[in-house]
Amino acid sequence: MAKTLFQKVWEAHTVRKLPNGQTQLFIGTHLIHEVTSPQAFGMLRDLGLKVKYPQRTFATVDHIVPTNELKEPYSDPIAQEMIEALRKNTKDYGIRFFDTTTGTQGIVHMVGPEQGITQPGTTIACGDSHTATHGAFGAIAFGIGTTQVRDVLATQTLALSPLKVRRIEVNGKLAPGVYAKDVILHIIRVLGVNGGIGFAYEYAGTTFDGFSLEERMTVCNMSIEGGARCGYVNPDQKTFDYIKGKPFAPKAADWDAAVARWASFASDAGCRYDDVKVFKAEDIRPTVTWGITPGQAIFIDEKMPALETLNAADRQTAEDAYAHMKLAPNTPIKGTKVDVCFLGSCTNGRISDLREVAKYLKGRKVSPSVKAIVVPGSQLTAIQAVHEGLDKIYIEAGFEWRGAGCSMCLAMNPDKLVGDQLCASSSNRNFKGRQGSQTGRTVLMSPLMVAAAAITGQVTDAREVFKV
Amino acid sequence: MSLAQITQVKALALAVPGDDIDTDRIIPARFLRCVTFDGLGEHAFRDERTGPDGKERPHPMNSAQAARIAAAKQGVMVVGFNFGCGSSREHAPQSLWRFGFTAFVGGSFAEIFFGNSTTLGVPCLTLSKVDLAECDAFVRANPDVEVTVDVVQLTVSAGAKTWKADIAASARDGLVKGKWDPIADLLEGADAVAKTAGGLAYVAGK
Repeated sequence: MAKTLFQKVWEAHTVRKLPNGQTQLFIGTHLIHEVTSPQAFGMLRDLGLKVKYPQRTFATVDHIVPTNELKEPYSDPIAQEMIEALRKNTKDYGIRFFDTTTGTQGIVHMVGPEQGITQPGTTIACGDSHTATHGAFGAIAFGIGTTQVRDVLATQTLALSPLKVRRIEVNGKLAPGVYAKDVILHIIRVLGVNGGIGFAYEYAGTTFDGFSLEERMTVCNMSIEGGARCGYVNPDQKTFDYIKGKPFAPKAADWDAAVARWASFASDAGCRYDDVKVFKAEDIRPTVTWGITPGQAIFIDEKMPALETLNAADRQTAEDAYAHMKLAPNTPIKGTKVDVCFLGSCTNGRISDLREVAKYLKGRKVSPSVKAIVVPGSQLTAIQAVHEGLDKIYIEAGFEWRGAGCSMCLAMNPDKLVGDQLCASSSNRNFKGRQGSQTGRTVLMSPLMVAAAAITGQVTDAREVFKV
Repeated sequence: MSLAQITQVKALALAVPGDDIDTDRIIPARFLRCVTFDGLGEHAFRDERTGPDGKERPHPMNSAQAARIAAAKQGVMVVGFNFGCGSSREHAPQSLWRFGFTAFVGGSFAEIFFGNSTTLGVPCLTLSKVDLAECDAFVRANPDVEVTVDVVQLTVSAGAKTWKADIAASARDGLVKGKWDPIADLLEGADAVAKTAGGLAYVAGK
């Protein structure tokens, strides 16, 4: 019988059926970071349990790392305490730690792919909702809570129920200046922030076939913003080429067998989906959020919705959003003044993002009224960018060039908005208070749109600013 | 490990309205800068409850009703749709549970929040949109009437009202049998786990 990738991976990792009807699912790859793991190690110690497969858990530090301080001890004692706790826990239990001193530290969802740990046909769990990023490789990857981090550490398994699968097909070629970020913001806008509850999203179609692995990661990354805990793209030659030669990739003698195995996990032609949605690439334009959920989004040249066009529930959320954002219904968002520009995060902090923006940024200057920071998602990305001279382009333009980490995506570190500053951000969440100030405002957009905002000091259309 | 069988929560209730209430609102990220869950209860909905000037804002969590729930260490929170969306932080249900909430009733719950809550032994029951609106209105109008969240009968009731409720069968089974924390079951399967692991080439690094 024809099966989806989700079904095949699920079956290959099913240990047994639990008494409550759930599946005990083997988690082949477990990623941990400093925020959601310390309590899990505490629970292990309280229960007197060991880490069952220490070689299948990989750690890094990302959320609390200050991006403008390279030396320890950090001026923030809590950050220091959290990183020390992770050092101790990984040492005590024999877990590989991509520490800040190794040149391989970074946002956990960048480290996995960079190291070749993220592979097709695998299950990947991490105490972080953006774990679906790894689905770009044809893995079933999802975020878990801290008690579940304990479960994986102690047993390498989780108690789970299978998801339904919705195929989201996007076909055609994106217009110049339209990016993977616009694709996922558009999908969430159309299907809703809770449209994916109960589903894994399978992203497919000729647009995804043409995407690089990094573009696929940008889309899979934000599956959770659409309510889907898990999103993936079927593996293909591009996937295999990306993994080849990475430190944890299968060695030469095992390579051909690994590729054959990986390819066999792709969804079969004629398999049954629980739902299918189809989009046309040509319908998608640069997209920005105007509200406090990622689904409150419009094309840059549209007006924000008039309240009377919304149903009762959406209207309530929209009223809340307009009040928080200090924006007016039925007006354009284009031209809104921007205070801060943030280029980075597990959504858009990869080398291809930094390259694409640098291409257009050369010779341009950040508006004097804007604070602009660029934060490579990982140390390896930062090293590569410096090697290519990208850092110089950003610094010359007036961006602050920072060290690797989550930075202003979630403000658990010194990078924060102040007061009601409005931030043009390449990150994934525009929730109230997300960027560290209770009254701070976030407008999500693609990296090039962030650069256009930095230069003009307002939310604007990058295609016009850069003559794309 | 012996756990309580959670068949029913009967307690005072608080309505916290709105759809798509995300986990950043429930517990702002700065309170995740910690290595234990201790003390999270007092920061639940912190930025909704307190303005930038440090003064209290009008919010259900600042009400006398919320204080009664906090004192009793049991309570039912009546919420909207897609409650707990956003991050996977278990700190969110932990903070509400430590504040005093022992059950949630809503239109729908984000999946990770749902799992994190039920694994703490906190049931999350859903009502239809119409029933939820009625339940919400009842709770506001009758703050002294206890609400009964019945995990066995799958009902939410208060006063003379009873609404039909739902929860995933596996979560219900775990709650009512006192097996809401799956660790004992997962540990029992060790031999089967080794067998599955043995069949996966990548687990051996191949």
